[in-house]
Amino acid sequence: MAVARDSTSSTRFAQFKLVLLGESAVGKSSLVLRFVKDQFDDYRESTIGAAFLTQTIALDESTTIKFEIWDTAGQERYKSLAPMYYRNANCAVVVYDITQAASLDKAKSWVKELQRQANENIIIALAGNKLDLDGKRQVETAAAEAYASESGLLFFETSAKSGENVTELFTAIAKRLPLETASSRQRTAPKGVDLSRPNRRAPAASNNGCTC
Amino acid sequence: MDEQYDVIVLGTGLTECILSGIFSVEGKKVLHIDRQDHYGGESASLSLSQIYEKFRPGEPVRQSLGRDRDWNVDLIPKFLMANGELTNILMHTNVTRYMEFKQISGSYVYRDRRIAKVPSNEMEAIRSPLMGLFEKRRMKRFFEFISNYEEGNPSTYQGLNLDRNSMLEVYTKFGLEAGTKDFIGHAMALYLDDDYLTKPARETVERILLYAKSMARFGKSPYLYPLYGLGELPQGFARLSAIYGGTYMLDKPVDEVVYENGVAVGVRSGDETARAKIIIGDPTYFPTKVRKTGKVIRVICVLTRPIPNTDNADSLQIVIPQNQIGRKHDIYIAMVSASHKVASEGHYLAIVSTIIETDNPLNEITPAMHLLGPVVEKFVGITDLLEPVEDGTKDHVYISKSYDATSHFETTTDDVKDIYERIEGKPLVLKKRPVDDEDNFTA
Repeated sequence: MAVARDSTSSTRFAQFKLVLLGESAVGKSSLVLRFVKDQFDDYRESTIGAAFLTQTIALDESTTIKFEIWDTAGQERYKSLAPMYYRNANCAVVVYDITQAASLDKAKSWVKELQRQANENIIIALAGNKLDLDGKRQVETAAAEAYASESGLLFFETSAKSGENVTELFTAIAKRLPLETASSRQRTAPKGVDLSRPNRRAPAASNNGCTC
Repeated sequence: MDEQYDVIVLGTGLTECILSGIFSVEGKKVLHIDRQDHYGGESASLSLSQIYEKFRPGEPVRQSLGRDRDWNVDLIPKFLMANGELTNILMHTNVTRYMEFKQISGSYVYRDRRIAKVPSNEMEAIRSPLMGLFEKRRMKRFFEFISNYEEGNPSTYQGLNLDRNSMLEVYTKFGLEAGTKDFIGHAMALYLDDDYLTKPARETVERILLYAKSMARFGKSPYLYPLYGLGELPQGFARLSAIYGGTYMLDKPVDEVVYENGVAVGVRSGDETARAKIIIGDPTYFPTKVRKTGKVIRVICVLTRPIPNTDNADSLQIVIPQNQIGRKHDIYIAMVSASHKVASEGHYLAIVSTIIETDNPLNEITPAMHLLGPVVEKFVGITDLLEPVEDGTKDHVYISKSYDATSHFETTTDDVKDIYERIEGKPLVLKKRPVDDEDNFTA
């Protein structure tokens, strides 16, 4: 997480790590692909070759949020997700498939895992995906919503295929992120050495805090 | 699991995870299994409850140590040389993007019953109590020789031949004292014993240069350390492997390696069998195919104060050269703390380690324990150092070596390269991964 202020235009720029969780084949990568590239592929294979994608959201005229979105890279399939995955995650999207009742149970266990392992103030959103398959629905909206509100999670039903509620989901997360505390903490936090310094593309993409 | 793979890797220690990552990036289909429920194998970092479970099963965790999740206790004490090969591999594979590194604040050496800082720059060298004024001048001339030495330019050789003259002869030429030799050979070249003295000087000179260049890279010390502990390293390379299609199964029993005509063809777990022409694994998966080369004691100590006489450093290495305490092998202390996210606030983790020489290893490390100050909690581990009996070309089983007693990962990356070459018949050449690779979801 990093927040920087551009002194000339008084715009604010903050970067956050977002992790995706949920059972295989609920559409985690598809949701991100829709959000980042506005694309959908019916026959998407399991995720290969992608560790994280980035996407920025202009929250208002003066605030830009950049998500660094981490994919599980398939390590969740045999319960082998590395703890590294949750480290320093600011927010998480836990995905289930509204046509598979068992996938909500799995999502609930991921929420528990996050509450045990991740930052205490992590923002978690529950996403019931495949809203385009409403006819085959097994999970009632009210039931999932009740669980989400009692657990303090944001809740959306989405369709990566149609795009319904995808941007809304990520925007709602962005609005909940603690911009002010993030910036003050960032200034005092000690910063590690940057091994990959020569590889950084632009100052804005680095974690060096204030760029003014 | 009942599938054909190119490579099956057993155990998720650092050596195995680097190889798994490299082979996946090269396009091989990799299955990576660990019978334990966490990443890291022998090179894992464990939470407090896992540490108690491992060293004192059944005993409750000491309450005063705070929250379990704040702890990532390394089983093997090592640091990365800032200019070393592991740093190089991390950068080439972009695994640095998943991790954050911090410097180790200082490197110390034990001499004449006290510890002194290994100078990290010229100013510190001039003030250092490690040697007198005249010896400092001699040492300066020695370092000038090393840094000016240029292969193919005999005018820089000063009459020495690094492939023929022993290191002892080089020391003698510059008239260095015994204590200075200890300092150079053990605190800079990081040799564990004095066997190097009679060998050709080249390797020692290269090690000193690696130390000096690593020191110059970020200052303070030549060492780097990943936040959240060394266990992040295997996890990072495992993630790399997974991103390139590697399949991961933790908590998966490994019942047997399946052979046909003496050649390994797969791995059986319960009633499932995965097949592959290449099997890689750590020595604990192949007890009948490895031999013992030594024994190491590692004592994990929890402290509530920094180590005395170190300017309250939050992290450090102390080398106790063997000559200083009448031993054959050096004793190391490696200390990290809450600022590296490996312990709860107000706690320090020091690991004392050495190669065992007697029947009473705890007695052997007493001089090091005396340096630590009060120890709140202590976990003693004694491990065999193992290496494969055969190189794997006959049975297609390629076994890594145990993590040794050195303070850094240079021998680990040597093992990675050696195993790669045994499998592929050609040396490992790392290609830089394009930076944009990861920003493209490929369908």
